[in-house]
Amino acid sequence: MNDHIEPNLLHGYLDGELDPDRSLVIESHLHKCQDCSQEYRNLQALRSAIRSNVPYYPAPLRLRRQLDSILRAAAKVDKPQARTVKLWPWMGIGVGASLAFALMMVWSLGIFRWQTPVENLLVQEVLSSHVRSLMANHLTDVVSSNLHTVKPWFNGRVDFSPTVKDLTTSGFQLVGGRLDYIDNHPVAALVFRHQQHLINLFTWPAHREKDQRVQSLTQQGYHVIHWTQAGMEYWAVSDLNEQELQEFVRLYQ
Amino acid sequence: MQEAEKPSRFEDAVLPNLDAAFNLARWLVRNDHDAEDVVQEACVRALKYFSAYRGENSRAWLLAIVRNTGYDWIKKNRPTDLVTVLDEGRDGGSADPVDHFAKELSNPEILLLQRADEELLKKALEALPAEFREVMILRETEEMSYKEIASVCDIPLGTVMSRLARGRKQLQSWLVEREKQG
Repeated sequence: MNDHIEPNLLHGYLDGELDPDRSLVIESHLHKCQDCSQEYRNLQALRSAIRSNVPYYPAPLRLRRQLDSILRAAAKVDKPQARTVKLWPWMGIGVGASLAFALMMVWSLGIFRWQTPVENLLVQEVLSSHVRSLMANHLTDVVSSNLHTVKPWFNGRVDFSPTVKDLTTSGFQLVGGRLDYIDNHPVAALVFRHQQHLINLFTWPAHREKDQRVQSLTQQGYHVIHWTQAGMEYWAVSDLNEQELQEFVRLYQ
Repeated sequence: MQEAEKPSRFEDAVLPNLDAAFNLARWLVRNDHDAEDVVQEACVRALKYFSAYRGENSRAWLLAIVRNTGYDWIKKNRPTDLVTVLDEGRDGGSADPVDHFAKELSNPEILLLQRADEELLKKALEALPAEFREVMILRETEEMSYKEIASVCDIPLGTVMSRLARGRKQLQSWLVEREKQG
């Protein structure tokens, strides 16, 4: 074998990733070939320099503590969960979603709220998505006030086509759209602005056909309105006052 | 109830790998604060996807999520950090076969490497494109196998090998250049 070793293979050999036959061929070539064995020694020197000198960054204690306390909190949330699902079958909430909610709430709001009645875990999930969209500076993936831009943007991103309405003349300006993840599904989040207030409207296909009447509630200063219509779930969240948010929902319906 | 076991299993899957998660995130985004954000977000995603986790290699599973989260973060906050690695096929391609023996390096290079301190190596690695940096970190600090790296980075085995080859070569050249400049 007079040709030099194919360079990638020398790295595979260094990493002990070649099959025994190939390794033998390379080993015997290295004995004979000055150039290749020099190159191999260079690589070994590089490896040992990296392994002994490159910094390894262990997780900071703060991060570890945060995760610890969140997991303990999430485990508590999990117990009343079983009852919740029976009481509120339409929620179809998974444990994953409730845990994810737990993490998001703690990390986005920095507070524990496990005393909250657990019947509205989905409410909390929607709410924390709303808050996070404002905090994480990730309000929109597509910025446009044109519904003919926003609606097609969701093609191929979600497996449904969300209803996007232009309510500018009524004072609710379309800001854009965003992909979000709620109740274990990718969902469409449509963002509207009314004066200085932002509204997130989350929508995804409903678990059941029958339309549900509008339900509304207030939590942590936010108003949440939920309804289903034509096989779609709708959740509107905002810090807008309740009347105006209801007006928005009425127009949207 | 089967589901009730999940939090503790989630802990088992995540907590032992938290150092590896942070190390990878730290090397991807290159500062502590942003790396913490990335790991937090990755843990949120990991919980969401936990139902799909089948209990295999938990480190590779978590690191794949950390990596994706890290890339999303970079795309959003520092898009110029990402250069597309062009000259490699799906099967990996090869690492510049013509000019791979830089003979003038040989012995002096070994001496140079023996002198290279932590600060210098850190700079050299941080100067690598993310695609090369991540395979180097996974290989040299996590000592992952090609198969594990392939699953974390979602690339074929051949590409793992060629990226390591090119990453190491770039690292060598960078160190030699640095030495020449004094």
